[in-house]
Amino acid sequence: MQVKTRNIYLIPYMLWIVLFVIAPIALIVYYSLFNITGTLSLENYTRFFTPVYLGMALRSFWYAGIITGISLVAAYPAAYLLTKTEHKQLWLLLIILPSWINLLLKIYAFIGILGYYGPVNSFLDFIQIGTRQILFTDFSFVFVAVYIFIPYMILPIFNALEELNPSLVAAARDLGASSWKAFLRVIFPLTLSGVKAGCRAVFIPSLSLFMITRLISGNRVITLGTAVEQHFLVTQDWGMGSTIAVFLIIAMVLTMLLTETVGKVN
Amino acid sequence: MGKTKRLPSIYLAIVFIVLYAPIFYLIYYSFNSAGTMHSFENFTFDWYREVFQDTRLFIILLNTLVIALLSSVISTVIGVVGAIAITRTREKRFRNALLTLNNVMIVSPDVIIGASFLAFFVMIGIKLGFGSVLISHIAFCVPIVVLMVLPNLEEMSPTLIDAARDLGASTWDVLIRVIIPYISPGILGGFFMALTYSLDDFAVTFFVTGSGFSTLSVEIYSLARRGISLTINALSTLIFLITLFLVIGYYIISKQGMKLKEGGISQ
Repeated sequence: MQVKTRNIYLIPYMLWIVLFVIAPIALIVYYSLFNITGTLSLENYTRFFTPVYLGMALRSFWYAGIITGISLVAAYPAAYLLTKTEHKQLWLLLIILPSWINLLLKIYAFIGILGYYGPVNSFLDFIQIGTRQILFTDFSFVFVAVYIFIPYMILPIFNALEELNPSLVAAARDLGASSWKAFLRVIFPLTLSGVKAGCRAVFIPSLSLFMITRLISGNRVITLGTAVEQHFLVTQDWGMGSTIAVFLIIAMVLTMLLTETVGKVN
Repeated sequence: MGKTKRLPSIYLAIVFIVLYAPIFYLIYYSFNSAGTMHSFENFTFDWYREVFQDTRLFIILLNTLVIALLSSVISTVIGVVGAIAITRTREKRFRNALLTLNNVMIVSPDVIIGASFLAFFVMIGIKLGFGSVLISHIAFCVPIVVLMVLPNLEEMSPTLIDAARDLGASTWDVLIRVIIPYISPGILGGFFMALTYSLDDFAVTFFVTGSGFSTLSVEIYSLARRGISLTINALSTLIFLITLFLVIGYYIISKQGMKLKEGGISQ
Protein backbone atom coordinates (compact mmCIF):
# COMPACT_ATOMS: atom_id res chain seq x y z
CA MET A 1 0.00 0.00 0.00
CA GLN A 2 2.64 2.44 1.10
CA VAL A 3 4.86 1.65 -1.84
CA LYS A 4 1.99 1.94 -4.28
CA THR A 5 0.91 5.43 -3.16
CA ARG A 6 4.49 6.62 -3.29
CA ASN A 7 4.82 5.49 -6.87
CA ILE A 8 1.73 7.36 -7.99
CA TYR A 9 3.14 10.71 -6.93
CA LEU A 10 6.58 9.94 -8.26
CA ILE A 11 5.48 9.12 -11.81
CA PRO A 12 4.61 12.63 -13.10
CA TYR A 13 7.49 14.20 -11.24
CA MET A 14 10.04 11.71 -12.47
CA LEU A 15 8.67 12.17 -15.96
CA TRP A 16 9.32 15.90 -15.66
CA ILE A 17 12.85 15.31 -14.35
CA VAL A 18 13.75 12.88 -17.12
CA LEU A 19 12.21 14.92 -19.93
CA PHE A 20 13.22 18.43 -18.91
CA VAL A 21 16.27 18.12 -16.70
CA ILE A 22 18.18 15.03 -17.77
CA ALA A 23 17.28 14.77 -21.47
CA PRO A 24 18.06 18.40 -22.44
CA ILE A 25 21.41 18.39 -20.66
CA ALA A 26 22.27 15.04 -22.22
CA LEU A 27 21.33 16.50 -25.61
CA ILE A 28 23.66 19.45 -25.09
CA VAL A 29 26.54 17.08 -24.39
CA TYR A 30 25.52 14.99 -27.40
CA TYR A 31 25.43 17.97 -29.77
CA SER A 32 28.79 19.22 -28.50
CA LEU A 33 30.38 16.11 -30.01
CA PHE A 34 29.37 17.01 -33.55
CA ASN A 35 31.19 19.59 -35.63
CA ILE A 36 29.45 21.97 -37.99
CA THR A 37 29.39 19.48 -40.84
CA GLY A 38 27.69 16.93 -38.59
CA THR A 39 30.47 14.43 -38.11
CA LEU A 40 31.33 13.01 -34.74
CA SER A 41 34.52 14.58 -33.42
CA LEU A 42 36.11 16.43 -30.56
CA GLU A 43 36.80 19.34 -32.89
CA ASN A 44 34.58 21.72 -30.93
CA TYR A 45 36.51 21.03 -27.75
CA THR A 46 39.87 21.66 -29.39
CA ARG A 47 38.39 24.83 -30.88
CA PHE A 48 37.29 25.95 -27.44
CA PHE A 49 40.91 25.86 -26.29
CA THR A 50 42.12 28.16 -29.04
CA PRO A 51 42.95 31.73 -27.97
CA VAL A 52 39.73 33.17 -29.45
CA TYR A 53 37.35 31.12 -27.35
CA LEU A 54 39.58 30.73 -24.32
CA GLY A 55 40.12 34.48 -24.17
CA MET A 56 36.39 35.05 -24.46
CA ALA A 57 35.74 32.58 -21.63
CA LEU A 58 38.39 34.13 -19.37
CA ARG A 59 37.07 37.63 -20.02
CA SER A 60 33.59 36.42 -19.22
CA PHE A 61 34.81 35.05 -15.87
CA TRP A 62 36.71 38.25 -15.20
CA TYR A 63 33.62 40.41 -15.79
CA ALA A 64 31.42 38.08 -13.73
CA GLY A 65 33.97 38.29 -10.92
CA ILE A 66 34.03 42.09 -11.02
CA ILE A 67 30.23 42.26 -11.10
CA THR A 68 29.95 39.87 -8.16
CA GLY A 69 32.61 41.75 -6.19
CA ILE A 70 31.04 45.17 -6.68
CA SER A 71 27.58 43.80 -5.89
CA LEU A 72 28.87 42.27 -2.67
CA VAL A 73 30.65 45.42 -1.53
CA ALA A 74 27.60 47.56 -2.28
CA ALA A 75 25.01 45.08 -0.98
CA TYR A 76 26.52 44.09 2.35
CA PRO A 77 26.26 47.51 4.02
CA ALA A 78 22.82 48.00 2.51
CA ALA A 79 21.63 44.65 3.90
CA TYR A 80 23.20 45.43 7.26
CA LEU A 81 21.56 48.85 7.46
CA LEU A 82 18.24 47.37 6.40
CA THR A 83 18.23 45.05 9.41
CA LYS A 84 18.58 48.12 11.61
CA THR A 85 15.57 49.98 10.21
CA GLU A 86 12.06 49.97 11.54
CA HIS A 87 9.54 48.18 9.28
CA LYS A 88 12.46 46.26 7.80
CA GLN A 89 10.21 43.76 6.02
CA LEU A 90 8.57 46.60 4.15
CA TRP A 91 11.92 48.11 3.18
CA LEU A 92 13.13 44.72 2.08
CA LEU A 93 10.05 44.32 -0.07
CA LEU A 94 10.83 47.68 -1.65
CA ILE A 95 14.38 46.50 -2.40
CA ILE A 96 13.05 43.35 -4.05
CA LEU A 97 10.27 45.08 -5.97
CA PRO A 98 12.49 46.37 -8.81
CA SER A 99 13.74 42.83 -9.38
CA TRP A 100 10.18 41.87 -10.30
CA ILE A 101 10.01 44.44 -13.04
CA ASN A 102 10.84 42.95 -16.38
CA LEU A 103 14.59 42.76 -16.78
CA LEU A 104 14.48 44.05 -20.34
CA LEU A 105 12.65 47.20 -19.34
CA LYS A 106 15.33 48.02 -16.81
CA ILE A 107 18.07 47.41 -19.35
CA TYR A 108 16.15 49.49 -21.87
CA ALA A 109 15.95 52.37 -19.38
CA PHE A 110 19.73 52.49 -19.34
CA ILE A 111 19.85 52.93 -23.09
CA GLY A 112 18.23 56.30 -22.42
CA ILE A 113 20.03 57.14 -19.17
CA LEU A 114 23.53 56.34 -20.39
CA GLY A 115 22.90 57.52 -23.95
CA TYR A 116 24.69 60.41 -25.56
CA TYR A 117 21.94 62.89 -24.70
CA GLY A 118 21.01 61.18 -21.45
CA PRO A 119 21.07 62.66 -17.94
CA VAL A 120 24.43 61.14 -17.05
CA ASN A 121 26.10 62.87 -19.97
CA SER A 122 24.28 66.13 -19.20
CA PHE A 123 25.64 65.89 -15.69
CA LEU A 124 29.18 65.18 -16.91
CA ASP A 125 28.87 68.14 -19.22
CA PHE A 126 27.59 70.29 -16.37
CA ILE A 127 30.57 69.50 -14.12
CA GLN A 128 32.93 70.33 -16.99
CA ILE A 129 34.07 66.80 -17.71
CA GLY A 130 32.27 66.83 -21.01
CA THR A 131 30.01 64.37 -22.75
CA ARG A 132 31.40 61.07 -23.79
CA GLN A 133 30.36 57.70 -25.09
CA ILE A 134 29.14 55.70 -22.07
CA LEU A 135 26.87 53.25 -23.78
CA PHE A 136 28.65 50.35 -25.46
CA THR A 137 31.58 50.39 -23.02
CA ASP A 138 32.77 47.87 -20.43
CA PHE A 139 31.76 50.31 -17.72
CA SER A 140 28.13 50.47 -18.81
CA PHE A 141 27.99 46.67 -18.97
CA VAL A 142 29.33 46.24 -15.44
CA PHE A 143 27.19 49.03 -14.03
CA VAL A 144 23.93 47.76 -15.50
CA ALA A 145 24.72 44.19 -14.48
CA VAL A 146 25.39 45.28 -10.89
CA TYR A 147 22.15 47.24 -10.94
CA ILE A 148 20.21 44.20 -12.13
CA PHE A 149 21.77 41.73 -9.70
CA ILE A 150 22.09 43.72 -6.49
CA PRO A 151 18.68 42.73 -5.01
CA TYR A 152 19.68 39.07 -5.34
CA MET A 153 22.79 39.82 -3.30
CA ILE A 154 21.02 41.90 -0.65
CA LEU A 155 18.28 39.34 0.05
CA PRO A 156 20.37 36.33 1.23
CA ILE A 157 22.75 38.58 3.20
CA PHE A 158 19.79 40.25 4.87
CA ASN A 159 18.39 36.84 5.82
CA ALA A 160 21.74 35.69 7.21
CA LEU A 161 22.05 38.89 9.24
CA GLU A 162 18.57 38.39 10.59
CA GLU A 163 19.47 34.92 11.81
CA LEU A 164 22.57 36.23 13.55
CA ASN A 165 22.16 36.27 17.30
CA PRO A 166 22.78 39.91 18.35
CA SER A 167 24.09 38.84 21.76
CA LEU A 168 27.13 37.35 19.99
CA VAL A 169 28.04 40.79 18.67
CA ALA A 170 27.36 42.33 22.07
CA ALA A 171 29.61 39.72 23.69
CA ALA A 172 32.41 40.48 21.23
CA ARG A 173 32.11 44.18 21.99
CA ASP A 174 32.08 43.51 25.76
CA LEU A 175 35.25 41.50 25.38
CA GLY A 176 36.92 44.55 23.88
CA ALA A 177 36.59 44.04 20.13
CA SER A 178 36.34 47.21 18.11
CA SER A 179 33.27 47.44 15.90
CA TRP A 180 35.46 46.71 12.86
CA LYS A 181 36.98 43.68 14.58
CA ALA A 182 33.56 42.49 15.70
CA PHE A 183 32.44 42.70 12.09
CA LEU A 184 35.50 40.92 10.75
CA ARG A 185 35.65 38.13 13.33
CA VAL A 186 32.01 37.65 14.32
CA ILE A 187 29.43 39.16 11.99
CA PHE A 188 31.03 38.41 8.63
CA PRO A 189 32.00 34.77 9.34
CA LEU A 190 28.55 34.05 10.72
CA THR A 191 26.81 35.51 7.68
CA LEU A 192 29.12 33.79 5.22
CA SER A 193 26.33 31.45 4.13
CA GLY A 194 24.33 34.46 2.97
CA VAL A 195 27.33 35.94 1.21
CA LYS A 196 27.95 32.67 -0.60
CA ALA A 197 24.31 32.35 -1.61
CA GLY A 198 24.38 35.90 -2.90
CA CYS A 199 27.60 35.37 -4.87
CA ARG A 200 26.13 32.26 -6.43
CA ALA A 201 22.95 34.12 -7.36
CA VAL A 202 25.00 36.84 -9.06
CA PHE A 203 28.01 35.03 -10.53
CA ILE A 204 26.21 32.40 -12.62
CA PRO A 205 23.78 34.82 -14.32
CA SER A 206 26.60 37.30 -14.96
CA LEU A 207 28.34 34.62 -16.97
CA SER A 208 25.30 33.89 -18.99
CA LEU A 209 22.96 36.85 -19.45
CA PHE A 210 23.18 37.85 -23.07
CA MET A 211 20.55 40.59 -23.11
CA ILE A 212 22.72 43.10 -21.24
CA THR A 213 25.66 42.59 -23.55
CA ARG A 214 23.46 42.78 -26.63
CA LEU A 215 21.58 45.93 -25.63
CA ILE A 216 24.04 47.87 -23.48
CA SER A 217 27.55 46.97 -24.51
CA GLY A 218 27.04 46.44 -28.21
CA ASN A 219 29.38 43.67 -29.16
CA ARG A 220 32.24 44.92 -27.01
CA VAL A 221 31.67 42.46 -24.21
CA ILE A 222 30.95 38.86 -25.17
CA THR A 223 30.08 36.57 -22.30
CA LEU A 224 29.71 32.81 -22.41
CA GLY A 225 25.95 33.32 -22.58
CA THR A 226 26.21 35.68 -25.52
CA ALA A 227 28.39 33.16 -27.31
CA VAL A 228 25.84 30.37 -26.75
CA GLU A 229 23.05 32.56 -28.08
CA GLN A 230 25.18 33.60 -31.04
CA HIS A 231 25.97 30.02 -32.01
CA PHE A 232 22.47 28.67 -31.52
CA LEU A 233 20.39 31.44 -33.04
CA VAL A 234 22.65 33.41 -35.37
CA THR A 235 25.36 31.22 -36.88
CA GLN A 236 23.38 27.99 -36.30
CA ASP A 237 26.53 26.20 -35.23
CA TRP A 238 24.82 24.13 -32.53
CA GLY A 239 27.86 21.95 -31.96
CA MET A 240 30.08 24.84 -30.89
CA GLY A 241 27.20 26.46 -29.00
CA SER A 242 26.67 23.24 -27.08
CA THR A 243 30.37 22.99 -26.31
CA ILE A 244 30.34 26.47 -24.79
CA ALA A 245 27.17 25.51 -22.94
CA VAL A 246 28.96 22.45 -21.55
CA PHE A 247 31.68 24.69 -20.16
CA LEU A 248 29.03 27.01 -18.77
CA ILE A 249 27.45 24.03 -17.00
CA ILE A 250 30.87 23.01 -15.63
CA ALA A 251 31.40 26.57 -14.38
CA MET A 252 27.98 26.47 -12.78
CA VAL A 253 28.67 23.18 -10.99
CA LEU A 254 32.04 24.46 -9.75
CA THR A 255 30.44 27.66 -8.47
CA MET A 256 27.79 25.62 -6.70
CA LEU A 257 30.40 23.39 -5.07
CA LEU A 258 32.50 26.37 -4.00
CA THR A 259 29.59 28.23 -2.48
CA GLU A 260 27.88 25.21 -0.96
CA THR A 261 27.11 25.74 2.70
CA VAL A 262 28.33 22.67 4.49
CA GLY A 263 25.77 20.87 6.61
CA LYS A 264 22.66 22.98 6.70
CA VAL A 265 20.72 23.35 3.49
CA ASN A 266 18.60 26.46 3.61
CA MET B 1 26.34 60.93 17.20
CA GLY B 2 24.11 62.76 14.79
CA LYS B 3 26.64 62.28 12.02
CA THR B 4 27.08 58.55 12.53
CA LYS B 5 23.33 58.15 12.46
CA ARG B 6 22.86 60.13 9.30
CA LEU B 7 25.45 58.35 7.19
CA PRO B 8 23.61 54.99 7.12
CA SER B 9 20.35 56.62 6.06
CA ILE B 10 22.15 58.47 3.30
CA TYR B 11 23.65 55.22 2.04
CA LEU B 12 20.29 53.46 2.07
CA ALA B 13 18.67 56.45 0.39
CA ILE B 14 21.27 56.29 -2.39
CA VAL B 15 20.62 52.57 -2.87
CA PHE B 16 16.89 53.18 -3.14
CA ILE B 17 17.32 56.12 -5.51
CA VAL B 18 19.62 54.14 -7.80
CA LEU B 19 17.25 51.16 -7.76
CA TYR B 20 14.18 53.18 -8.61
CA ALA B 21 15.61 55.95 -10.78
CA PRO B 22 15.64 53.96 -14.04
CA ILE B 23 12.04 52.86 -13.54
CA PHE B 24 10.78 56.36 -12.89
CA TYR B 25 12.95 57.65 -15.69
CA LEU B 26 11.10 55.34 -18.07
CA ILE B 27 7.74 56.39 -16.70
CA TYR B 28 8.58 60.09 -16.85
CA TYR B 29 9.54 60.01 -20.53
CA SER B 30 6.52 57.93 -21.46
CA PHE B 31 4.67 61.28 -21.33
CA ASN B 32 7.16 63.08 -23.57
CA SER B 33 5.67 64.35 -26.82
CA ALA B 34 9.14 64.73 -28.35
CA GLY B 35 9.47 60.98 -28.77
CA THR B 36 12.93 60.76 -27.21
CA MET B 37 14.23 59.72 -23.81
CA HIS B 38 15.84 63.12 -23.25
CA SER B 39 14.75 66.77 -23.39
CA PHE B 40 11.15 66.62 -22.24
CA GLU B 41 8.93 68.65 -24.55
CA ASN B 42 5.21 68.51 -23.77
CA PHE B 43 3.00 66.25 -21.75
CA THR B 44 1.15 63.72 -23.87
CA PHE B 45 -0.78 60.46 -23.66
CA ASP B 46 0.00 59.64 -27.30
CA TRP B 47 2.25 56.71 -26.49
CA TYR B 48 -0.39 55.14 -24.28
CA ARG B 49 -2.93 55.61 -27.03
CA GLU B 50 -0.55 53.90 -29.39
CA VAL B 51 -0.16 50.97 -27.00
CA PHE B 52 -3.91 50.53 -26.70
CA GLN B 53 -4.53 50.87 -30.43
CA ASP B 54 -1.82 48.43 -31.43
CA THR B 55 -3.70 45.18 -32.02
CA ARG B 56 -0.50 43.26 -32.61
CA LEU B 57 0.76 44.31 -29.20
CA PHE B 58 -2.59 43.42 -27.69
CA ILE B 59 -2.38 39.90 -29.09
CA ILE B 60 1.15 39.56 -27.76
CA LEU B 61 -0.06 40.72 -24.35
CA LEU B 62 -2.85 38.12 -24.46
CA ASN B 63 -0.34 35.44 -25.46
CA THR B 64 1.85 36.38 -22.52
CA LEU B 65 -1.02 36.26 -20.05
CA VAL B 66 -2.40 32.97 -21.37
CA ILE B 67 1.05 31.38 -21.25
CA ALA B 68 1.64 32.71 -17.73
CA LEU B 69 -1.69 31.56 -16.31
CA LEU B 70 -1.69 28.15 -18.00
CA SER B 71 1.91 27.40 -17.18
CA SER B 72 1.62 28.47 -13.55
CA VAL B 73 -1.54 26.39 -12.98
CA ILE B 74 -0.07 23.28 -14.61
CA SER B 75 3.35 23.70 -13.00
CA THR B 76 1.68 24.18 -9.61
CA VAL B 77 -0.10 20.85 -10.02
CA ILE B 78 3.06 19.03 -11.09
CA GLY B 79 5.11 20.83 -8.44
CA VAL B 80 2.74 19.88 -5.61
CA VAL B 81 2.75 16.27 -6.75
CA GLY B 82 6.54 16.41 -6.98
CA ALA B 83 6.91 17.86 -3.49
CA ILE B 84 4.65 15.13 -2.09
CA ALA B 85 6.69 12.53 -3.96
CA ILE B 86 9.90 13.91 -2.45
CA THR B 87 8.58 13.92 1.12
CA ARG B 88 7.31 10.37 0.68
CA THR B 89 10.68 9.13 -0.48
CA ARG B 90 12.21 7.55 2.57
CA GLU B 91 15.49 6.51 1.04
CA LYS B 92 17.86 9.35 1.75
CA ARG B 93 20.12 9.09 -1.28
CA PHE B 94 17.27 8.91 -3.76
CA ARG B 95 15.61 11.84 -2.05
CA ASN B 96 18.76 13.93 -2.21
CA ALA B 97 19.17 13.01 -5.87
CA LEU B 98 15.64 14.24 -6.56
CA LEU B 99 16.29 17.48 -4.70
CA THR B 100 19.57 18.03 -6.55
CA LEU B 101 17.93 17.48 -9.94
CA ASN B 102 15.18 19.87 -8.88
CA ASN B 103 17.76 22.52 -8.00
CA VAL B 104 19.74 22.00 -11.20
CA MET B 105 16.88 23.61 -13.09
CA ILE B 106 16.71 26.55 -10.68
CA VAL B 107 20.39 27.47 -10.84
CA SER B 108 20.81 26.67 -14.52
CA PRO B 109 21.41 29.83 -16.50
CA ASP B 110 18.53 30.77 -18.80
CA VAL B 111 20.65 30.35 -21.92
CA ILE B 112 21.38 26.74 -21.01
CA ILE B 113 17.70 26.00 -20.39
CA GLY B 114 16.75 27.81 -23.59
CA ALA B 115 19.40 26.22 -25.79
CA SER B 116 18.85 22.71 -24.42
CA PHE B 117 15.05 22.97 -24.75
CA LEU B 118 15.44 24.19 -28.30
CA ALA B 119 17.61 21.18 -29.10
CA PHE B 120 15.09 18.93 -27.33
CA PHE B 121 12.05 20.28 -29.18
CA VAL B 122 13.76 20.09 -32.54
CA MET B 123 14.86 16.54 -31.86
CA ILE B 124 11.42 15.21 -30.84
CA GLY B 125 9.75 17.27 -33.52
CA ILE B 126 7.63 19.75 -31.54
CA LYS B 127 6.84 22.78 -33.65
CA LEU B 128 8.23 26.00 -32.22
CA GLY B 129 5.50 28.40 -31.15
CA PHE B 130 2.78 28.50 -28.52
CA GLY B 131 3.19 24.84 -27.56
CA SER B 132 6.94 24.90 -27.14
CA VAL B 133 6.83 28.14 -25.14
CA LEU B 134 4.08 26.78 -22.87
CA ILE B 135 5.92 23.51 -22.26
CA SER B 136 9.15 25.37 -21.48
CA HIS B 137 7.43 27.68 -19.02
CA ILE B 138 5.79 24.77 -17.27
CA ALA B 139 9.12 22.98 -17.13
CA PHE B 140 11.09 25.81 -15.53
CA CYS B 141 8.29 26.74 -13.09
CA VAL B 142 7.92 23.25 -11.60
CA PRO B 143 11.06 23.32 -9.40
CA ILE B 144 10.11 26.69 -7.91
CA VAL B 145 6.71 25.36 -6.87
CA VAL B 146 8.37 22.26 -5.40
CA LEU B 147 10.67 24.43 -3.29
CA MET B 148 7.82 26.64 -2.11
CA VAL B 149 5.60 23.71 -1.12
CA LEU B 150 8.25 21.46 0.42
CA PRO B 151 8.70 23.34 3.75
CA ASN B 152 4.94 23.23 4.35
CA LEU B 153 4.83 19.51 3.68
CA GLU B 154 7.81 18.81 5.88
CA GLU B 155 6.35 20.51 8.91
CA MET B 156 3.10 18.60 8.47
CA SER B 157 2.76 15.90 11.08
CA PRO B 158 2.33 12.39 9.58
CA THR B 159 -0.18 11.62 12.31
CA LEU B 160 -2.67 13.85 10.49
CA ILE B 161 -2.59 11.50 7.50
CA ASP B 162 -2.69 8.42 9.72
CA ALA B 163 -5.70 9.81 11.53
CA ALA B 164 -7.52 10.49 8.26
CA ARG B 165 -6.69 6.98 7.06
CA ASP B 166 -7.93 5.44 10.30
CA LEU B 167 -11.18 7.31 9.89
CA GLY B 168 -11.62 5.69 6.50
CA ALA B 169 -10.34 8.29 4.05
CA SER B 170 -9.09 7.06 0.69
CA THR B 171 -5.77 8.21 -0.81
CA TRP B 172 -7.67 10.76 -2.87
CA ASP B 173 -9.56 12.03 0.20
CA VAL B 174 -6.33 12.37 2.12
CA LEU B 175 -4.82 14.42 -0.68
CA ILE B 176 -7.80 16.70 -1.27
CA ARG B 177 -9.13 17.12 2.27
CA VAL B 178 -6.02 16.90 4.42
CA ILE B 179 -2.78 17.55 2.56
CA ILE B 180 -3.86 20.27 0.10
CA PRO B 181 -5.62 22.46 2.70
CA TYR B 182 -2.65 22.17 5.01
CA ILE B 183 -0.08 23.20 2.41
CA SER B 184 -2.26 25.84 0.73
CA PRO B 185 0.00 28.77 1.74
CA GLY B 186 2.91 27.08 -0.02
CA ILE B 187 0.77 26.27 -3.04
CA LEU B 188 -0.35 29.88 -3.31
CA GLY B 189 3.21 31.13 -2.93
CA GLY B 190 4.39 28.67 -5.55
CA PHE B 191 1.64 29.70 -7.95
CA PHE B 192 2.52 33.38 -7.60
CA MET B 193 6.21 32.67 -8.04
CA ALA B 194 5.50 30.61 -11.14
CA LEU B 195 3.33 33.42 -12.48
CA THR B 196 6.04 36.03 -12.00
CA TYR B 197 8.74 33.74 -13.41
CA SER B 198 6.66 33.09 -16.49
CA LEU B 199 5.73 36.75 -17.01
CA ASP B 200 9.32 37.79 -16.50
CA ASP B 201 11.03 35.22 -18.63
CA PHE B 202 12.82 36.37 -21.69
CA ALA B 203 15.84 34.19 -22.43
CA VAL B 204 14.16 30.77 -22.48
CA THR B 205 11.22 32.06 -24.51
CA PHE B 206 13.58 33.79 -26.92
CA PHE B 207 15.19 30.44 -27.76
CA VAL B 208 12.05 28.34 -28.18
CA THR B 209 9.63 30.86 -29.65
CA GLY B 210 10.27 30.33 -33.34
CA SER B 211 9.19 33.09 -35.68
CA GLY B 212 5.40 33.33 -35.58
CA PHE B 213 4.80 33.57 -31.86
CA SER B 214 5.94 36.27 -29.46
CA THR B 215 5.58 37.21 -25.82
CA LEU B 216 5.89 40.64 -24.30
CA SER B 217 9.52 40.19 -23.23
CA VAL B 218 10.58 39.01 -26.66
CA GLU B 219 8.70 41.90 -28.26
CA ILE B 220 10.33 44.43 -25.94
CA TYR B 221 13.73 42.98 -26.78
CA SER B 222 13.22 43.25 -30.51
CA LEU B 223 11.84 46.80 -30.14
CA ALA B 224 14.72 47.83 -27.88
CA ARG B 225 17.27 46.45 -30.32
CA ARG B 226 15.90 48.83 -32.90
CA GLY B 227 16.48 51.75 -30.53
CA ILE B 228 14.32 53.97 -28.39
CA SER B 229 10.58 53.92 -28.88
CA LEU B 230 8.38 55.56 -26.30
CA THR B 231 5.70 52.91 -26.69
CA ILE B 232 8.06 50.73 -24.67
CA ASN B 233 8.05 53.43 -22.00
CA ALA B 234 4.27 53.57 -21.94
CA LEU B 235 4.19 49.80 -21.80
CA SER B 236 6.65 49.73 -18.93
CA THR B 237 4.51 52.14 -16.91
CA LEU B 238 1.58 49.79 -17.31
CA ILE B 239 3.70 46.77 -16.44
CA PHE B 240 5.09 48.56 -13.40
CA LEU B 241 1.58 49.27 -12.12
CA ILE B 242 0.47 45.68 -12.70
CA THR B 243 3.57 44.36 -10.94
CA LEU B 244 2.88 46.68 -8.04
CA PHE B 245 -0.67 45.36 -7.73
CA LEU B 246 0.53 41.76 -7.93
CA VAL B 247 3.18 42.31 -5.26
CA ILE B 248 0.78 44.10 -2.92
CA GLY B 249 -1.81 41.38 -3.49
CA TYR B 250 0.71 38.65 -2.80
CA TYR B 251 1.97 40.51 0.28
CA ILE B 252 -1.54 40.82 1.72
CA ILE B 253 -2.44 37.20 0.93
CA SER B 254 0.75 35.84 2.44
CA LYS B 255 0.27 38.00 5.54
CA GLN B 256 -3.23 36.63 5.94
CA GLY B 257 -1.98 33.11 5.39
CA MET B 258 0.57 33.60 8.12
CA LYS B 259 -2.07 34.96 10.49
CA LEU B 260 -4.40 32.07 9.73
CA LYS B 261 -1.63 29.65 10.43
CA GLU B 262 -0.60 31.32 13.64
CA GLY B 263 -4.16 31.37 14.87
CA GLY B 264 -5.31 28.05 13.51
CA ILE B 265 -2.75 25.30 13.38
CA SER B 266 -0.15 26.40 15.92
CA GLN B 267 0.63 23.87 18.60
